[in-house]
Amino acid sequence: MKTLMAKRLLLAVFATVILGGLTGCATTANNPKDPYEGFNRAMFSVNEGIDVVVKPVAQGYDTVTPRLVKAGIGNFFGNIADVWTALNNFMQGKGVYGVSDVGRVIVNTTFGMAGLFDVASEMGFEKHSEDFGQTLGVWGVGDGAYLFWPVLGPRTTRDTFGVAVDMYADPIPRIDNVPVRNTLMGLRFIDTRAALLPADKVVEQAAFDKYNYIRDAYLQNRRSVIHDGNPPAEEQ
Amino acid sequence: MKSLFSLILGLLLLSTSVFAQEDSPDALIKKVTEDVLTIVRQDKDIQSGNTKKAIELVEAKVLPNFNFVHMTALAMGKDWNKATPEQRKQLSDEFKTLLVRTYSNALTGYKDQTVRYKPTKMQAGDAEVVVKTEVVQSGSKPIQLDYSMEKLAEGWKVYDVIVAGVSLVTNYRDTFGQEVRANGVDGLIKMISNKNKQLEAGKK
Repeated sequence: MKTLMAKRLLLAVFATVILGGLTGCATTANNPKDPYEGFNRAMFSVNEGIDVVVKPVAQGYDTVTPRLVKAGIGNFFGNIADVWTALNNFMQGKGVYGVSDVGRVIVNTTFGMAGLFDVASEMGFEKHSEDFGQTLGVWGVGDGAYLFWPVLGPRTTRDTFGVAVDMYADPIPRIDNVPVRNTLMGLRFIDTRAALLPADKVVEQAAFDKYNYIRDAYLQNRRSVIHDGNPPAEEQ
Repeated sequence: MKSLFSLILGLLLLSTSVFAQEDSPDALIKKVTEDVLTIVRQDKDIQSGNTKKAIELVEAKVLPNFNFVHMTALAMGKDWNKATPEQRKQLSDEFKTLLVRTYSNALTGYKDQTVRYKPTKMQAGDAEVVVKTEVVQSGSKPIQLDYSMEKLAEGWKVYDVIVAGVSLVTNYRDTFGQEVRANGVDGLIKMISNKNKQLEAGKK
């Protein structure tokens, strides 16, 4: 029952943050592709604040953990993610990719020792990364307004719904053993943050306005991944 | 018959040798990439974050293959037409400095990646092509790394780099556009050069 309380609390905080953000901050209608820029920038600052605590943990993890162990951890979570990727590929009508992803999961779970080794990639099964937001995109759902969430980071409106579905489908929060579940969730979180550290350095130096840079890069990237690397040419 | 045959053979040989003198765009990308990777793999300094050394490498091996004027024009969009030739030169120089630092920084993040070269779709007479590569890293999905290239008199040059679908050049478009609207082209030149000075002061 502790988890139910925690969920309710989280939801309450979430709702307050959103309401506070939307009413408190003037939504500047300057940028047509970022109508909630005021709210987003506020959330961006909140996120930067949270990162002051999270980043050193990720950096510590990155420095201390041997490369092979990090790869194993990455592969383990990647293997679990491949199941959802396979489902999304099927939902997008990409049966060949879907079958390949199922193959990856089978090969990596068995020969790859419960996913610790990415044997499938070496055998030629390319790693894909699909989420429900991309599926919605392929189905024709438009981006919607750009949003920035604390901890989650940037999402379009469509992808916000997408990530809610991703979280619902995520098997790890459903593990009954609380210490195991919490350890895995924490580890995955830090591993994900650590994987983004090299990009941090580039953004710090390349960006005039970190918020703008991340937004524009995110929107371009989403457009590209929805079309699997071949986005239609944009009007200049 | 024999003379006709040798004439045809001669023409064939001539055309292939002329073709071989000039690197095809994908051969060029492969050569430069492998050159750079070989150096980075052996250079512990760059791998541990020495940006200065990475910049020197980029300036020596990578720069000569880029068309920075075109890249700047791309980043500025319609505002390029508002700039005088003198301003255009200043903009290109400052933008080049900024981009070199960005790429060089990316190189210091090198761990053990390898690059896979994808087949390039191009016709014999094409003057523009996109060369597609993939950066393969253990434990993650490969990252798409594409080069938009154009054929100039001096050879094939890169005018845009697209990482994971993100064009490094057009990512600046909004920021540049906003600055030109606020402070004009001179304001933009100042903004980029200030950033460069800032980075220069802080660089290792």
